[in-house]
Amino acid sequence: MKPKTAVAGILAVVVALATLSTAQSARAQDWFKTGTGLGVSKARLAVPDDAARTTAAQPLAKTFHDVLWADLEYSGIIDMVSPSFYPLSVPSQPSELNGQAWAAAPANAYMVAYGNLTADASGLAFAGYLSDVHNPSAPPALQKIYRASATDADARKLAHEFADDIVALLSGGQPGIAQTQITYVSARNGNKEIWVMDYDGANQHQVTHLRSISLTPRWSPDATRIAFTCYVPYRGITSAQICIYSMPLGRLTAFPRFRGTNSSPAWSPDGSQIAFMSSENGDPEIYVANTDGSHMHRITFAAGVNTSPTWNPKTGQQMVFVSDRGGVPVLYLSNSDGSNVQKLDLPDMGYVIDPAWSPNGQLLAFSWQRPSGNYDIYVMDIVTKQLVELTRDEGRNERPSWAPDGRHLTFESTRTGTRQIWTMLADGSEPRQLTFEGQSESPNWSPK
Amino acid sequence: MQFGTFRRFALLLGLFAFVAVIGGCKKQVKATAPAPAPAPAAPPTVTLNASPSSINSGDTVTLSWSSTNATDLEIAPGVGKVAPQGSTPVTPTQSTTYTITATGAGGSATASANVNVNAPAPAAPPAAAPNVSELFSQNVTDAFFDTNKSDLREDARTALTKDAEFLRSYPQVRVSIEGHCDERGSTEYNLGLGQRRAEAVKNFLVSLGIPSDRMTTVSWGKERPFCTEHDESCWQQNRRGHFVMVQ
Repeated sequence: MKPKTAVAGILAVVVALATLSTAQSARAQDWFKTGTGLGVSKARLAVPDDAARTTAAQPLAKTFHDVLWADLEYSGIIDMVSPSFYPLSVPSQPSELNGQAWAAAPANAYMVAYGNLTADASGLAFAGYLSDVHNPSAPPALQKIYRASATDADARKLAHEFADDIVALLSGGQPGIAQTQITYVSARNGNKEIWVMDYDGANQHQVTHLRSISLTPRWSPDATRIAFTCYVPYRGITSAQICIYSMPLGRLTAFPRFRGTNSSPAWSPDGSQIAFMSSENGDPEIYVANTDGSHMHRITFAAGVNTSPTWNPKTGQQMVFVSDRGGVPVLYLSNSDGSNVQKLDLPDMGYVIDPAWSPNGQLLAFSWQRPSGNYDIYVMDIVTKQLVELTRDEGRNERPSWAPDGRHLTFESTRTGTRQIWTMLADGSEPRQLTFEGQSESPNWSPK
Repeated sequence: MQFGTFRRFALLLGLFAFVAVIGGCKKQVKATAPAPAPAPAAPPTVTLNASPSSINSGDTVTLSWSSTNATDLEIAPGVGKVAPQGSTPVTPTQSTTYTITATGAGGSATASANVNVNAPAPAAPPAAAPNVSELFSQNVTDAFFDTNKSDLREDARTALTKDAEFLRSYPQVRVSIEGHCDERGSTEYNLGLGQRRAEAVKNFLVSLGIPSDRMTTVSWGKERPFCTEHDESCWQQNRRGHFVMVQ
């Protein structure tokens, strides 16, 4: 009797401890994700298969619809109606649309995006429509003919164009991102080179062939040039310099070389200036120069490393950068001429790096390694200093960069074991892996 | 490199000395040999032997010769005028055909001997005597840093003080000082931190009297780690100012 009681007592303690520890770990993970700039009420949209009017259009119709669906689903502002709720009869032009059937349960659609594809010797044409199902007699909100060549790549292109037109209509004029690109660094062919891909990971291609080390690519505001850190010889010494690659010219354009380490270029919102780190005068400080390198002038004056400048893209009047003047690298805010420097205080210690200003100038994304954890991506409201953590407990997550719609971020993550490029919605939901080969890093989303 | 040049120079000096001695002998022979009576001049004859006829680079060959009816003898290349008979050591660095020309009242005659020199094994000469780049890698040690820091620790100052001694002893040596960082922190931040580490090393050496124009700095950030594990012992290996000798 006595031993049994003892055992029961021990068991009770063990259970109590287990319960306690469970409760504690549950509390430790008591974090939440809050939406930032994402619409509260999403438009319910039905996107039935698009009719292929010619045999040659049939294989392209599948690519077209898959890409269109993915674009709209990932736009962050659309509630996609599941195809299993669709009426049996699918329209290919406005005269075939039975609005009531789409508006009724179970579809409960607000709008329908549909159309038809024709492919022949002259190329590929898509007649696309967006109709309000509650108002079938009104002309479609969108009706447009899209043309390209009859290839799989161009079917993708047309789908991106149609998706962007739909998103622009449903988000009050805010352009979609389906035709944007992401530049990044990949070493899959041996050396770290600059690469570019579509925003959905398609069409990955190598841009530079410098065969050394290329890092930190950043699109110019008009998305025609990429500034990056390159290792090239200068006065007999190979060191980090600023390189600028022109997409239309397909080659590097001239930028002067400076003594020491020169890195981390960032474009001013009007595209006329570049801010970058240079140790031209000994200490790594931030300088601003015209895009041809002229009128170079220093804007930070603090012993230590001062780097990763980023302009407020909305006003061009402020800058955020990284400095370890206080001991560890954290973020500082200043006027774009370097005056009025203030530390951006956070409620915990640790490295704070990779600042990225949202297109509307209101939010700042960055990477933060708190003493208790790994590198994770946070978004802070510049005015209220309110913080949202977007990633957690999934490897190192760094280098956030905003999509031009302010609703998406691209970043690098080691969550699969290797460093790869990912995208997610700006509330941390729907992470998508874009690269899989080798190691990739430092993504930057094109501003248009 | 420097030692090799000196050695070759010494060998050449020795060779010249030897030739000078031979030259001295010739004079003596000339002085003591009684001049033959003027008679119908017989044509000169001459033979030349090289032993051994095949050597490795750096070994010595003995050339020996004899002649009749000759007053002037000359061996080419590189030996010069010699006595009517004798021998001399030579150290050809490549395969050589030695030719002796004997001239007398009755005309002239030539003879040749071929010496085959085997190419040296490429690794052999450096193994024989350490050159400066070997001494550099044996004596010059890197400076290691604390996390996030570019100021010099006590152990780094000790190492750099010894490095400065070496650089003073070999004033011809120029160095590139590379700043390296561990994988923590951003690529961009580490490019700056690496530059500060390289500059800290350079400035300390300048304070010890090493001219700054013998040193250049470069930052590799976290791009060229010495070690790729994700732990402190590996990170410490990667936080350094690394010396590379510039030729």
